[in-house]
Amino acid sequence: MREQEARDQQLERKAVMATLAQSTGDDIVRLWNAAGLPSEAELLRGPETGLVTVRGRIGGGGAPFNVGEATVTRATVRLTSGQVGHCYTMGRDKQKAKLAAIADALWQDPTRRNEVETKLIAPLQAALASERERRRAETEATKVDFFTMVRGED
Amino acid sequence: MYVAVKGGEAAIANAHALLADRRRGDRSVPALRLDQIVEQLALGVDRVMSEGSLYDRELAALAIVQARGDMIEAIFLVRAYRTTLPRFGYTKAIDTGAMLVERRVSATYKDLPGGQLLGPTFDYTHRLLDPELAAGGDVAEPLQRASEAEAMQRVSAILAREGLIEPDGDMPQDHVPGDITREPLEFPMARDIRLQALSRGDEGFLLALGYSTQRGYARNHPFVGEVRIGEVELELDVPELPFAVPLGSVRVTECQMVNQFKGSAKAPPQFTRGYGLVFGQSERKAMAMALCDRALRASEFGEDVVAAAQDEEFVISHSDNVQATGFVEHLKLPHYVDFQAELDLVRRMRAEHDARENAGKAEEKREAAE
Repeated sequence: MREQEARDQQLERKAVMATLAQSTGDDIVRLWNAAGLPSEAELLRGPETGLVTVRGRIGGGGAPFNVGEATVTRATVRLTSGQVGHCYTMGRDKQKAKLAAIADALWQDPTRRNEVETKLIAPLQAALASERERRRAETEATKVDFFTMVRGED
Repeated sequence: MYVAVKGGEAAIANAHALLADRRRGDRSVPALRLDQIVEQLALGVDRVMSEGSLYDRELAALAIVQARGDMIEAIFLVRAYRTTLPRFGYTKAIDTGAMLVERRVSATYKDLPGGQLLGPTFDYTHRLLDPELAAGGDVAEPLQRASEAEAMQRVSAILAREGLIEPDGDMPQDHVPGDITREPLEFPMARDIRLQALSRGDEGFLLALGYSTQRGYARNHPFVGEVRIGEVELELDVPELPFAVPLGSVRVTECQMVNQFKGSAKAPPQFTRGYGLVFGQSERKAMAMALCDRALRASEFGEDVVAAAQDEEFVISHSDNVQATGFVEHLKLPHYVDFQAELDLVRRMRAEHDARENAGKAEEKREAAE
């Protein structure tokens, strides 16, 4: 049972990290300042920019192959309360990587989790979801509706 | 005697200052901002990311400006930049089946789950220049249509159900994907390494080779099973976390080419395949890549290697435009000593030639006199 809980918690933490990675640095900074979250933490690593090699699969689902590189920025921080937070995010936005690492660390602090969830993660998630939905609906409007033309008498 | 010569430092510095001036152009015209390039020259940015083999829109936009719009120069700049960064690792393989699709068409099935989504395509435009665009008029927001989110299965999976098509390409169980950025090219090469080289290959070169297969040089009857463009999520395994860390999304274009069947005494005939996957929105490149991938599998299917597109060493050795431009363009750099040697040689050969001719003429004269 406890194992299951730990797994669930990992999935939740991963979802939080995904939301932060998908969001823009500007959105994170804006919500961060509005929420008055602490932007001070001990930097254990970075923020530093490097590369990851993106892999695809032959035929879409076959053996993996290397497609090309992408820039990624990472940071690791420790709060005075002891929690260590990590961030890896595409691009070269060091401020974003640092704040996202702090958010990851704050989220692990049971006394701060709710604040991070409601003031930062939930609004970011809502913005991402509506953006996704808008893009999907715009693509959907370009879907071809086939119809058959009847030629001749019968 | 060889005398080392130095010089040209002032000329080079002044040439670079002149380049900076010409790059900026007329100062009364506003300077381009990177976000303008990212937003409004997006497909040029995608090409630089794909062939520069670096997914970073802003850097690609900077390279385009710095190169004055010379795409191969921009690709060169991006490739050079890549070498300055450490590598954090290899991502988990992307799942194009879970893509947030922005365009998806199939030329083989009219009705397929998810449907035909045209997306932002040049297809069916009349290719007429638009004076309104030159005037800078407002552009209407696109239409939206509500619908249930529907998983969009790859077309190859539909054909696979009946066993009519070969499976997605597998490699031996213990095979580690090769990496041309780490190991030198060796021929013959495995398909995974070939695909990496093709994905960063020059669009024009691959397009011409793909076209050549259609015109009969290694004909293999291609159909576009599917082209899809959209965003896929990236994840990276890192030692500090017990799960793969999500990094964000990349836009890619995937092409599933379905080609004429092969069978053998043991296996019934089935369609063969070529695969294309590139960064950004570039279906021309993805389709050309898929045509080349299939042509390069000739020996795998026991086909005679008779055309350029089937010749692995020829295609892969010449597909990289940074290497190609480096070797072609180095010809304009000073070769004074090399050329001096050639001059000496041709002078000596001419002197010997003249000497032989004069000797011959003297002989003729002597004979005539006798």
